[in-house]
This record gives sequence, structure tokens and C-alpha cells, in this order.
Amino acid sequence: MESLNVFAARLWPTENRFASGHRACQGCAEALAVRMIHGVLGRNTIVASATGCMEIISSSYPDTAWTVPWLHVAFENAAAVASGVEAGLKILVKKGKLPKRKITVVGMGGDGATADIGLQALSGAMERGHKMIYVCYDNEAYMNTGIQRSSSTPFGASTTTSPAGSLSVGQSTWKKNMPMVIAAHNVPYVATVNPSFPFDLASKVRKAQAANGPAYLHVYACCPTGWRMAPELAIAIGRLASRTGVFPLYEVENGKLHITVPTPKLSPLKEYIQPQGRFRHLDDATVAEIEKRVEEEYRKLERREGLVL
Amino acid sequence: MEKRIGIEASIAIAEAVGLCDADVVAAYPITPQTHIVEHLSEMVADGHLDAAFVPVESEHSAMSVCCGTSAAGARTFTATSSQGLALMHEILYIASALRLPIVMSVANRAISGPINIWNDHSDVMVERDVGWVQIFCENGQEAVDLTIWAFRLAEDPRVSLPIMVNFDGFIVSHMVEPLFMPDREMVKAFLPPFKPLQRLDIDNPISMGPVGIPDIFTEAKQVQQHLLTQAYQPIVETLGEFAKVFKRQYKPVETYRGDDADVLLLTMGAIGETAMTAVDQRRAKGDKVGLVRLRLWRPFPFEDLFRALGRIPVLGVIDRCISFGGPVGPVACEVKGALYGRKDHPLVVEFVAGLGGRDVTVTDFDKMFDALFEAKRSGKVPAPVLVGLRE
Repeated sequence: MESLNVFAARLWPTENRFASGHRACQGCAEALAVRMIHGVLGRNTIVASATGCMEIISSSYPDTAWTVPWLHVAFENAAAVASGVEAGLKILVKKGKLPKRKITVVGMGGDGATADIGLQALSGAMERGHKMIYVCYDNEAYMNTGIQRSSSTPFGASTTTSPAGSLSVGQSTWKKNMPMVIAAHNVPYVATVNPSFPFDLASKVRKAQAANGPAYLHVYACCPTGWRMAPELAIAIGRLASRTGVFPLYEVENGKLHITVPTPKLSPLKEYIQPQGRFRHLDDATVAEIEKRVEEEYRKLERREGLVL
Repeated sequence: MEKRIGIEASIAIAEAVGLCDADVVAAYPITPQTHIVEHLSEMVADGHLDAAFVPVESEHSAMSVCCGTSAAGARTFTATSSQGLALMHEILYIASALRLPIVMSVANRAISGPINIWNDHSDVMVERDVGWVQIFCENGQEAVDLTIWAFRLAEDPRVSLPIMVNFDGFIVSHMVEPLFMPDREMVKAFLPPFKPLQRLDIDNPISMGPVGIPDIFTEAKQVQQHLLTQAYQPIVETLGEFAKVFKRQYKPVETYRGDDADVLLLTMGAIGETAMTAVDQRRAKGDKVGLVRLRLWRPFPFEDLFRALGRIPVLGVIDRCISFGGPVGPVACEVKGALYGRKDHPLVVEFVAGLGGRDVTVTDFDKMFDALFEAKRSGKVPAPVLVGLRE
């Protein structure tokens, strides 16, 4: 059955759940990913959003971009709020106070809201086994507050709190591996998705929706403003991110790892790094060092293909 | 029919939540609130309460889950104390701004440091401005009754705000006392099913918790201010309804032997009961002393307080908390603020007592009354007194 779970252009949902007119920057691949994911999830969806780019650009009162029920409480608690919505609906159905219907509850947040300040609430929600999807939109820094580093910022990226300088390479730590942190919670479905690979994204969203328990999607979300690059390159950079091995596309379904977009021959990292101003200061030796690490990580993933983690 | 039984207040509060048929309990363990949620989890485990028990990983998530469950339309309860309440702080503001009628027990306890698990009011005084209805209980009976009442008030469509039911940690929460346990039929007669003002509904999608830009933020705050002050009338009405069903009447401000008093002392929470004993003893000696017991803290019951004070020349106010480097006691500060500009307002003597579980005895009250008579005689207000301070 797995091989039949393919997506094609004519299957793409035409209704838009995330309306146009919101205030996202030009070339924001995060807003694009939100639109794609909620297109696939459909109308019977309730969203709990963390504070962050997607919240402020979509909900400036009295406007809203959301055509599905949407709730924003705070920054670090979207997973807890979503778990509450799920628990609340479930008990109301059990007690006969609401009719039984198929409703997908989604928690969403950026990389800061997920990998840093919201990690505890997310871990709790995943561990408790709520039937919900948590989506991390990873643009690799605190973009909403002005491009500060997070634990999801890649090595060498210059941000406003990990600036490149005569004594600094920029971000001096390696990106936290959030999908594997969640996979370690033994939830039924974890996947990395990238809006530059829409069909791969759609089939994973469907699987997350069908999972019998918590599901986690980690979304590559190119941010031209924060990455200091041309907005029209957002989709191309996204493709390169997966083809260079920087952001491999895989899933962990009931513990079993599967690379969904295999890339045996990785593209040169320079192609990915060169258009992005945040890496502009890196010398060839540092790029080579990053490339070596990216390749090591990718091969490590390849060696685990098909294994139950 | 109500039965009078001997029961620990925490267990009775949990039973009261069960009688209210709460849909969700989301809570995290913290002393001295634990017995309430332990008992609720047992009730759910044994099938005595058909509710979702969400055992969260922190109080921050407890309040966050409560926001989610309440927004989904579920009757929601939680309980906490001290550091747990402090950890919820950020979300408390949002729960009230979202108008989510969450009911929360707070077994009042000191705030670290040094760490101290015993009773005072420094946890809740920090939360004065979070936009919740806040009420204080003196004993287990009140805690049970006002928990049931809290659901009715919070879910009243004129109010639709969260409410904190405060009672003193250990002193009330762990006390086994004889109390009248309401029965299910009476609670049913008093508490209608929960009909949320708005909820997350896929057939009528709404966006809750949007960005409040400067153009609308002031107006949003004015709505909250209006709602909480206007909650006063529904509070009095529903307390009256409660009295009709359960034959126990609670008022925003209570007095004890205050009518002909020469000096009055204002208390909040359980020490009011010791204070009544102290009043009786002083009265037996011919000293005209009386009490004002402030039950409703938010919305602040200005007119009730003025009526209770009458034209009293000297008022002592007991705080169970210190406002460091400021006007010493938050309650005294509020009371003085309320009296500002009023003709013939009393001299206000400030006491801070019972911090971190320190007993406040009848002898302590005696000394406080002495200080009040001295203020009356001299016409001078002494510096704030830290009652029972060991030199």
C-alpha cells in the first residue's frame, strides 16, 4: 500500500484554507507551506498556533487569513493548547455533547516555538499520545523578532545574535535534530517536508492525518528576508536544500525510517550556500567542513533506511 | 438532601467538581493542591466522573490545555498553588482575554525563596491584575460551595470569565472538617449545562486570539475592565441563587460584630476564623472590636467595603504577603486606595502576618487590637507591623 500513496497534480485540492491578503513577506515559503498543508488537510481542521510569523501575518484583528477554526494563546504552548482542543473534543463526543465527526487538530509553530521555548510542551503532548498533528515551520531563526539564532539555525549562518565577525563564524553550533527528537517519543508518524517537493509533502500530510496518535511534520521553510536572498529563489533554494543533503526528506512511520526522496549523489553544497547572504562570510575551508558534516549525516540516514529506529 | 460528613476539604472540593460534571481536569502536582487532583484522577479512573484527566508536564501546560479544552466547549477545571500559579502567570492573562470560563482552585502557599510549602497569600497577590474573578474561602464548606458556585458564575453569559477560588493551603486544604456535602440533584438545579459564548466549531469557523494592534488594543482592555467590574451584579445574584438552593448565603464582604465597634480589623481567608475567637474574647472584656472579612477580591467590592466600614475611625488590615520596597501590604494598599478622598475615612494600620505558614494566634490578634486602640487614642498610624517577628 505504501507505494500506492502517491500524489499527482490533478489530485491537488483547489480550495484555499489559508486565504490570500495576509501580511507575509515576498517569497515566504513558510506561508506557502501553510497553504499547501491546510489545502491537503481540508476543512474539518482546527488549528492552534504559536506566536510567531505565521500568527502575526495571518490574524491582525479584524482580519484573518484562516477559514478554519483557529486559536492562538501564546508562544511556547501551541502543542499543549492543541492537545487540549483534542482532549476537549474527544470527551465531549464521548459524553454525547457533540456529534462524532472526523476532525483533525493541528498545533503549529516556528523553529523557536518548537525546538527551543516550546520543546517541553511539545514533548508532553507527544508523550501523552493525543491524536493531533504538530507542524514545525523551520525557517532556521527567530524571524518574527528580527533574525535571532535558534537551536535550529545551521552552523555558519550569520544572524543578529550569532553575527559573523572577525572572531565569529556566525552560528557556532550544529542544527538540533528535531525530527529525531520527536521520533524518540515513539509516535506513529514523523516526517520532514519541503514545499519545493509538493507531492512528497501532500502524501506525508495525508499519512500524518491518518496516523493513530500524535504525528509530527518538520517543514523546511525558506525565509528570503532572514536568509538575505532574492525572494524569487525560494523554491529553487528549497530544492537545493534537499538535493545537497542539508534537508533530507524522510519519514519515520511506526518507528521505521524511509527516505522518500533518495539522493545518492548529493549536489555540491556551494550551490545552496552561495545565493544566501547569511553564509556570505564563509570561506572555502568552512564550506568544505560543513559539506563534510552534511554528507556524513546523510550517509548515516541512508544506513538506517528501512530500519526500525 | 445534604449530608453532614467528616471529610478533608481537598477531597470534598474534588467531589464538588465531580458533582458539577466537569468535562476536563488538566493539572500538575504541587503541594498543597495535590489531594484535589489526586482524588479527581481516582474518580475518573473508577468511572465516578466522566471526564478527561490530562496529566500535563507543567502548570504552564496545564493552563494552556485548559485554554484549549475550554475553547473546544468543555467544562474545565484545574488546581494549583504557589510556584505553579507563578508558572501559569503568562497564560492567566490570555485565558481571561479569551473569555474562557475556566474554574481553578488555588490552595494558597508562599512563593520561593527560600522555598516554603506552607500557607500565605503571596502566590495569588501577584495575580491581582490577570483579569480573573477572584474569591477567598475561610473553611472547607466555603471552598466546596464556592467551587460549585464558581462554575455557575464563570459560565454566566454576562460574565464568561475564568475564576480563581482561593483557600489557605494546609490550613483549609488538608483539614478534615464536618461539612454539608451538596447532592447531585441540588447541584443540577443550580448549575445549568455549559453553553459557551463561542467555541472552535468547524461549521462556524472563528479566529480566537488574534493580534491586537494599537488601534484596537485599548478598546480590548476596556472591554475586559467593563466585563470584570460588571461581573459584580451577576456575582451577587448567583450567590443569592446559591443561598436559595443550598441555604448558605455568602456575601462579597462579611462582617463580624462590627456594628457598634470602636476599631475594626480586616482579614482574608482562614485567619478570619481565629480572628472571630479573638473578637469574642475581647468583647467579653468589654472592648468593642469587630471584623471585616473580604471575600471577593476581584472585582473589588468597593460599596460593600464602605458599608462594612461605616464611620469606623480605625481600621487594621492584615496582609498575608509583602510587597517589597513598596507600600508593604497589597491588601492594605488596595483598601487605602479605595478610601482615598472619602470623607471621614479611617486611619489604616497595616499588619503583615502568617507568612510561609507562621501561625497567627489569638494572642497575635490581641496585640493587633491593642495597636488599633493605641492608634485611636493617639490619632497616629504606626509603621507597618510584621506580626510575630522574632527579633
